[in-house]
Amino acid sequence: MTKLVPVLSAHWDEKDSFTIQAYTRHGGYTASQKALSMDPDAVIQVVKDSGLRGRGGAGFPTGMKWGFIPQGDNKDHYLVVNADESEPGTCKDTPLLMANPHVLIEGCIIACHAIRAKNAFIYIRGEVTHVVRRLNQAIEDAYKAGHLGDGVDLVLHVGAGAYICGEETALLDSLEGFRGQPRLRPPFPAIAGLYARPTVVNNVESIASVPAIIMNGADWYQSMGTEKSKGTTLYSLSGHVNNPGQFEAPLGITLREILELSGGIRTGHSLKFWTPGGSSTPIFTSAHLDTPLDYEGVAAAGSMLGTKALQIFDETTCVVRAVLRWTEFYKHESCGKCTPCREGTWWLVQILRDLEAGKGTEADLAKLLDLCDNILGRSFCALGDGATSPITSSIQYFRDEYIAHTKNQGCPFDPVASTLFVGVGV
Amino acid sequence: MTTTEIVDMITVVIDGFEVSVPKGTLVIRAAEQLGIQIPRFCDHPLLDPVGACRQCLVDIEINGRAFPKPQASCTIPVESGMIVKTQLTSAVADKAQKGVMEFLLINHPLDCPVCDKGGECPLQNQAMSNGQGQTRFQGVKRTFEKPINISSQVLLDRERCILCARCTRFSEQIASDPFITLNERGALQQVGIYEKQPFKSYFSGNTVQICPVGALTGASYRFRARPFDLVSTPSACEHCASGCDMRTDVRRGKTLRRLAGNDASVNEEWNCDKGRWAFKYVTAVDRLTHPMVRNEFGELVQASWPEALAAAAKGLKTHTSAVLVGGRATHEDAYGYSKFARVALGTNDIDFRSRRSSEEEREFLAAHIVGSTTTYFDIDRADHVLLVGFEPEEESPIVFLRLNKQRRKRALKVTAIASKLSIGVEKLKGEFVKVAPGQEALAIAKQTLTVKSIILVGERASESAGVLTAVAALADSSGAKIAWIPRRAGERGALEAGAIGNLLPGGRLVTDSAARIDLCAFWGTESLPTSIGRSSQEIYSAVNSGVIGALVVGGLDPLDGANSSEALAALERAFVVSLEIAPSEVTKRADVVLPVAAITEKNGSFLNWEGRARSFDSAVQDSLNRSDLRILSMIAEAMDTSLNLGTVTAAAKEIATLGAWEGTRASMKAVSVVKAPVLAPDQFILNSWRRLLDLGTLQKGEENLAGTARESVAVISPNRAQTLGVIDGDILKISTSVGSVTLATLIEEIHDDAIWAPRNSLDSQLLVNLDASHGEVVTVVKL
Repeated sequence: MTKLVPVLSAHWDEKDSFTIQAYTRHGGYTASQKALSMDPDAVIQVVKDSGLRGRGGAGFPTGMKWGFIPQGDNKDHYLVVNADESEPGTCKDTPLLMANPHVLIEGCIIACHAIRAKNAFIYIRGEVTHVVRRLNQAIEDAYKAGHLGDGVDLVLHVGAGAYICGEETALLDSLEGFRGQPRLRPPFPAIAGLYARPTVVNNVESIASVPAIIMNGADWYQSMGTEKSKGTTLYSLSGHVNNPGQFEAPLGITLREILELSGGIRTGHSLKFWTPGGSSTPIFTSAHLDTPLDYEGVAAAGSMLGTKALQIFDETTCVVRAVLRWTEFYKHESCGKCTPCREGTWWLVQILRDLEAGKGTEADLAKLLDLCDNILGRSFCALGDGATSPITSSIQYFRDEYIAHTKNQGCPFDPVASTLFVGVGV
Repeated sequence: MTTTEIVDMITVVIDGFEVSVPKGTLVIRAAEQLGIQIPRFCDHPLLDPVGACRQCLVDIEINGRAFPKPQASCTIPVESGMIVKTQLTSAVADKAQKGVMEFLLINHPLDCPVCDKGGECPLQNQAMSNGQGQTRFQGVKRTFEKPINISSQVLLDRERCILCARCTRFSEQIASDPFITLNERGALQQVGIYEKQPFKSYFSGNTVQICPVGALTGASYRFRARPFDLVSTPSACEHCASGCDMRTDVRRGKTLRRLAGNDASVNEEWNCDKGRWAFKYVTAVDRLTHPMVRNEFGELVQASWPEALAAAAKGLKTHTSAVLVGGRATHEDAYGYSKFARVALGTNDIDFRSRRSSEEEREFLAAHIVGSTTTYFDIDRADHVLLVGFEPEEESPIVFLRLNKQRRKRALKVTAIASKLSIGVEKLKGEFVKVAPGQEALAIAKQTLTVKSIILVGERASESAGVLTAVAALADSSGAKIAWIPRRAGERGALEAGAIGNLLPGGRLVTDSAARIDLCAFWGTESLPTSIGRSSQEIYSAVNSGVIGALVVGGLDPLDGANSSEALAALERAFVVSLEIAPSEVTKRADVVLPVAAITEKNGSFLNWEGRARSFDSAVQDSLNRSDLRILSMIAEAMDTSLNLGTVTAAAKEIATLGAWEGTRASMKAVSVVKAPVLAPDQFILNSWRRLLDLGTLQKGEENLAGTARESVAVISPNRAQTLGVIDGDILKISTSVGSVTLATLIEEIHDDAIWAPRNSLDSQLLVNLDASHGEVVTVVKL
């Protein structure tokens, strides 16, 4: 059985894990020294060889992304870290940055060296004030210790609370001071990103994984995970489980294994459905308990690994209600730039509300699926696509439950039963 | 001729048909070449692609590799080996388009029966061609308060808006007036204005025209007509020398709106708000409708046409006469005045320059401008554009747009020789060479230009001695081209028609006997006057000294000249035959008043600053009003002579047959700069220009347009503000011996010796109140 392998989370249980003292005590900032003594191209090669893939959802090979930056072009290059973690269910970067902000800072130093950048920006979600404070302190400490400022400058930019700014080009617009809306591609950020300069945009976890790869080598990282999905990653378990939290394991572990390691589904209940990687990844059911949670395994089963946000819902949960909540989120967060996402989510919510209230018909399901077909692959960016995932997948697995709402002329579930305070006598 | 650029052609297959288009062409436009119309909203050929509306989705494969999902054809350039399937051949593309159309309509109100756009609406039309007959939407539509003013002349209906961002992109990319933007998000996204900056753009009307729905409407046209009830006539703009192609829409004999026409070589698809909205002066209640003659009691009374023509002929035959044309006559009318002066009156005392002007300018026009062929295309290729006495955004807005386009496209270098840094030059990111008013020539001499450079000279260049001499010298030494851009639409045509004392039609010199003989033969006259005629100012003086006894006056404002009291006195004293559309200062002093047709009531042409003919037809079919030319012919006949110019068409034909003179060209005498005056601490040198939107006669009757005019201010430099002890907003009194104006201070980039104020704006009518406009010393005190 695959065991948990804490790399990123190795020292999170120490009370002072977030301090520069704790980080250096465990060998922090030696990887950056090692990288700085290497040729930048060699650093890129190590990351390429490690097989590290982007942890923000798409899984694009990180080393390859770095390799796209044109060299010797006499232009400024930029590194931008996407810390705008906003998707429902996704909660890995926040705990990572709370527990060990320095590993990200060190990763930035190494990445900047590799892509010949002098400036790095961390774009962080505005609502997580506690993380902003902690990261600011860490950056200050890194400057004081001389890790930053001599060659690399790091700026923390606090977002204003828009889901769309997690989309990399919208993030760049927002970082430049404009309203965050996705940009037309090409040009891609590697050619014309921040301030129209070659830019790498990476997820927090991707960059935070780099120091360990530099210290331990590509082979070490390669030895973990599956054929095409290498290394360890953070799985964020939440919902109807006894012991929610971060579980770091090699890619390819299954939900069944994670549940066994973590204490299982809420006592007395059974798994109904779950997301493998956040709300924009099609849902799974108990039939997928043994699906390997790597990029290929999840894709083969019809979903996406995404951000490995394992949201667990037990049998007390009304799937229509859950999907409606997610869809309301997408409607609220649609940036409005393109028609399918802007108008489509406005419409989907209304149909789902009727369905949940028992005012829908079976014909509405066909309409929902057709509208999703008119949004998926028709919108400007991937966020419109994501809005359709919960709807299409839930109708695929739970069509009967939708129909039950129409027959029952209302929701057959007791909403209180799915809450944490059920039985507390509220 | 022009050099041919070698263009790479790419062949693609669209719906089974091959088409070759230049590299870089977007798929949507390659399809147009085949007559395949892909529906679209956000796409506009003159704006950067955005790919927002998703209406133009098509299936594309390149060398056998198909895109996994439909692509926006408005954002993808053609590539060789590309096979495109539009809605006509791809079921996927067709469904995608129908799906997007359905989405667009769910939040769009069913306003069509009362919407200005209904009948010419891209959403309505394409919902019919590429949508479904029925909606499946049974939910609640998004609602907003409607409409809201985003300026006094542009109304925004947010419910109708489909968020294509054409208006915001136009304002940012074309006009460089980013005063509107999209804000909020999702379905609540909406066009908005900044809290402190309303949509006061000179080009805002274009957003109304390119809006693909009825979201942006003009306050003056709203609810006035349905498009299918309008009769449209191609026309040309009469407001300035840019020469915009226009369309005039008339219902039941009344002009209801004017739109920018499409002429790639001149105004592309744009125009300015004055051209679009200032047309009500034509239908203003005070139009002259009947001839009038002053009776023995000194009263102007209604007369019949024969009576009035006889009175005019009698007066002109019994006095030595001169002609003042005004700058707004059409090319054909100006030719009529020119021929009338020479043939019927036997004089060269004619001048179209009803404004401040100089002998230096008259010689410059004869030597360098008449017959010249600098064009917009030269701006497109110029390496450097020098602005002299010319403020493009205010005085010829389409020239501004062209400069701005080249600035954005290839960082065209623009240098302005001026006393004040203008908003327009700032937007052009131009170099500002700061000079004291009157001292421009010295700065011009220091410029370095090449054969690819252009000097754009405004009519205000005549207001400082030596400027045009310096321009001619600079062009001569560098090989740079000169273009003269007057403000009024008729000036270039009047120059070519010889409505000026030193030139006969076609650039023939008055003093050149060969040219005179040529023209005598052509006109069938025995002789032509041989001496150079008087300028406007000299004509007024000659009247006041008794040398000239009668004036034929076209549409002009006597207060526009250098010495308005002298002009008014001359009009009072002379026998005046006035050809006008509405009562004016001239009418009050005229002896015979003959009403003439306004621009929309006649055909003809203007020559824009390039010398390019901008012809137009009468938009109003049942007008009884006649063109100036026709009336001049009738006066001539009453004087027992003949112009042989019965119609505008005949005049145009005669002008074309006569052609341009290829003989001797005039030369010009050099004029020196006048030494700068020594200023007391409370003295400044006045600098001014007319703003695009001001108190101009042709803007009468359009309050909504006037609401977007820029505020009247007095601009002084930070140094002088400190000396005077004033801050922004303090009230300054600017005085001359004639009078004064009081204006709020604005401290800006301006020469320390200069004070700037708008020439003819609200609270700032410098010619009337100060009898000064440029170069005069004024006294300034803080109130």
